[in-house]
Amino acid sequence: MLKSFLTTCRQFGVQLELLFEAVVRLPSAWKRRAMVADQLYVGGVQVVHVVLLVGLFAGMILALQSGLYLAQLGQQDQIGTLVALSMAREMGPFITGIILAATAGSALAAELGTMSVSDELAALEVLSVDRVDFLVLPRLVALAIACPLLTVLCDLIGVAGGGLVASAQLSVELELYFKTAVEALQDPGLLIPLPKDVYAGLLKSFVFGILIAVISCSAGMHARGGALGVGQATRQAVRDSIIAIIVSNYFLTWLLYQA
Amino acid sequence: METRTETVDRSAPAAERDVVIRFENVSKRFGSKVVLDGLNLEVFRGETLVIMGPSGTGKSVTLRHVIGLMKPDSGRVTVEGHDMGKIRPKELAELRRNMGYLFQDAALINWLNVRDNVALPLRENTDMEEDEILQRVEAKLDLVHLPDILDKMPSELSGGMRKRVGLARALITEPKLILYDEPNAGLDPEISASINALIRDIQKQLEITSVVITHLLSCVRTVANRVVLLEKGKVVLEGKKDEFLASKHPRLLQFLGDSDD
Ligand SMILES: Nc1ncnc2c1ncn2[C@@H]1O[C@H](COP(=O)(O)OP(=O)(O)OP(=O)(O)O)[C@@H](O)[C@H]1O
Ligand SMILES: [Mg+2]
Repeated sequence: MLKSFLTTCRQFGVQLELLFEAVVRLPSAWKRRAMVADQLYVGGVQVVHVVLLVGLFAGMILALQSGLYLAQLGQQDQIGTLVALSMAREMGPFITGIILAATAGSALAAELGTMSVSDELAALEVLSVDRVDFLVLPRLVALAIACPLLTVLCDLIGVAGGGLVASAQLSVELELYFKTAVEALQDPGLLIPLPKDVYAGLLKSFVFGILIAVISCSAGMHARGGALGVGQATRQAVRDSIIAIIVSNYFLTWLLYQA
Repeated sequence: METRTETVDRSAPAAERDVVIRFENVSKRFGSKVVLDGLNLEVFRGETLVIMGPSGTGKSVTLRHVIGLMKPDSGRVTVEGHDMGKIRPKELAELRRNMGYLFQDAALINWLNVRDNVALPLRENTDMEEDEILQRVEAKLDLVHLPDILDKMPSELSGGMRKRVGLARALITEPKLILYDEPNAGLDPEISASINALIRDIQKQLEITSVVITHLLSCVRTVANRVVLLEKGKVVLEGKKDEFLASKHPRLLQFLGDSDD
């Protein structure tokens, strides 16, 4: 128990250090733009359909659950508000984060893990190639971009899915649904000229993207002992990313809405 | 570590021959497994030292200590006067720029094609023009008898081809100290002989020092100045090439009995 706690603390330290090293190298992201684009494709474009599918059904579930209850109170016209707020604040960033942890995060850990156990990381070291700059930075930047963009998609399709259910099953007029949905997101933020619920969600997903990248890169780079080690690193990357997403989500929500 | 005064004495006559790599009483273990067990070894400037020995005796581990991928548990490894256990990252990077390392499994970056793999050190660490880089890459690939595979991915190559691409990558920066981990494993006899000749030719250039791990006597005959036989993390026999090959040491005879040529 104590031992695993200490291991966790040490891992956390290693991940923080990796994040710091990557941030320091941020200026060379431009030089690595071709690699960033590759990673955006692998980590972002290739999971668009998953995000769309899950986002659609999440919106439909939200509309159905809340709609049945609101209908009892005779307040079906509030469904749009509820779906839009839930998607933008919580569901969109959360769903996208979990999907990216399971797809891009695991792929990333497996890729770097394979490089580690087949001496490729050692080769980079011997060739004096900066591994954080060469491997971690492009992946970090790509996920930090992909996660908010995919969240926007997820939000949009979720609200649309909710609209489908609201009109087809709960006989709410589509026009009314979308009007309330849009109005719900009008509340402006203090600092940024964007609706607060939208940018708060995007900020969350930006953080999730960074967390997934750092945790998965770190797990992959420390993989040892052949294919078995790569498997372990991948599992660890997904597990820790999901934990990090949930824990950080609480603190971000607190910071954004209560502080 | 207690043998410091003794090593100062030993290095005095060696001053006339410049020592590039020195292992002093180096031990290394993984868990409970002792791999290097008080290893002493010297490599002089301009020579080619061949390391032979049974599988699993720590030959690759020895070579990894030279390039700073591993640090000794006890004892000392010095390369060009730098203590590799204490060297600072900047100095290490500087030192490595003059070193070439051929990994036992080639260790090509799996998502880069042959051209980008071989060009990598030049692209990352120099301001060289792309034209010149490509010229050099092609020249090095010719040297290892692999023209026309620039666009292939490592996964499309045979083990022997990967090995030679790894060799081209190790040589691309024209290093002064080259470490070869089984340069001719997995090659057919003809290519193997030409790689041996290549190693010998490189070494004949001014001041190039090399360490070669091999199981093949043909390689020893072509490239070696000196040979050591490593066993259980220690040197059991050491000598100039001809002395070594003529030796009747029981461990050598037994080892060569299992050797494949
Ligand atoms: N990173 C490591 N972690 C744990 N054990 C290791 C590590 N590297 C090497 N070993 C162990 O050290 C011993 C020596 O390995 P090494 O690779 O040096 O052998 P070798 O002499 O090069 O053998 P071969 O001729 O088969 O290449 C082996 O038993 C190996 O299992
Ligand atoms: Mg070996």
